[in-house]
Amino acid sequence: MNTLTAAQEVLETGTWKLDAVHSRIGFAVDYLAGTFHGGFAPFDATLDVDENGAATLAGNARVDSIQVADENLGAHLLSPEFFDAEQAPEITFVSSPFEPAGTDVVVDGTLTIKGASLPVQLAGTIGGPVVDPYGRQRINLQLAAGIDRSSFGIDWNTPLPSGEPALAQDVTLTAELALIKE
Amino acid sequence: MRILGISGSVRRESFNTRLLDAAAEVLPDDVELVRWNGLKAVPPFDEDDEAGPAPAAVAELRELLANADAVLFATPEYNGSVPGQLKNALDWASRPHATNPLRNLPVAVMGASPGGFGTVWAQADLRRILSRIGARVLDAELAVGNAASSFDEDGPLADDAVREQLEEIVAALSDSARAREAVAA
Repeated sequence: MNTLTAAQEVLETGTWKLDAVHSRIGFAVDYLAGTFHGGFAPFDATLDVDENGAATLAGNARVDSIQVADENLGAHLLSPEFFDAEQAPEITFVSSPFEPAGTDVVVDGTLTIKGASLPVQLAGTIGGPVVDPYGRQRINLQLAAGIDRSSFGIDWNTPLPSGEPALAQDVTLTAELALIKE
Repeated sequence: MRILGISGSVRRESFNTRLLDAAAEVLPDDVELVRWNGLKAVPPFDEDDEAGPAPAAVAELRELLANADAVLFATPEYNGSVPGQLKNALDWASRPHATNPLRNLPVAVMGASPGGFGTVWAQADLRRILSRIGARVLDAELAVGNAASSFDEDGPLADDAVREQLEEIVAALSDSARAREAVAA
């Protein structure tokens, strides 16, 4: 079995658990002249595959696990003006059943941020399965989605001298999930 | 439950201080309002002075904030914005940002002025400043214009519209503090 053709087959039934060391989730949003990047760690994700090969992806992260380079910036992002970590401590995603086919994958689901649950479509690629040196089956999901942060109630901004807003509304979410078959 | 009242005015006969005193008369049963009177004693914020012990008035403000369930501000408007002394005290209180005692604290803003607009621009600026500090800012406004007539010998509570709005704002502030307690429990 080689890895290029393997993903075209049905994934093995059961639960695939996150290998946290080799996984990450993040966000990117245009700010000033560049792009601001952040992430959450640790987080959790699980892929359940039923006997028909239909998969369900679920994940969650604590908002206060936000990873940014400055403590005061992190505190600002946790405040009611952004994620409101006190009132909405968790970010969650639950997918509808989907069928991994080929190397491309589209995952529809519900993303909850700041208490707002909205449909989101993640798209990307699936790598594997491969068998690792310990005899475990692994796959790798690389997913991305675009969301409008204001639809989740995160609408902070500040105007530039030109009058343009400093922070974009559109945010790109990314997930790189290394998953191991239980 | 304790609401800390902060007037942005240090004037003896301040309309805004009296507006806070009026708010204290219409509190829900289990709520008390403690008014802070130390604003005039807060020195200008100076990062050099953060190396030593906090000035007494700053330490007092921080302790009152730490022991409050919510804060009700009444601000005058100077040149279209927040009085310097109030902004200065908030700058002290906001440091260090990541652990400041205003973080997540429910706050509401109101104001009174002799003119017709009741400090609406100062209130908008104060809400923005408090949001930036990390407070949970209520989306509510209470602007008492033409205060000289509202604050006649009978006081602002004689004006039914003002009384009703005061009752609403302290009730909303108390509800926000209770919701926060419920999350913590």
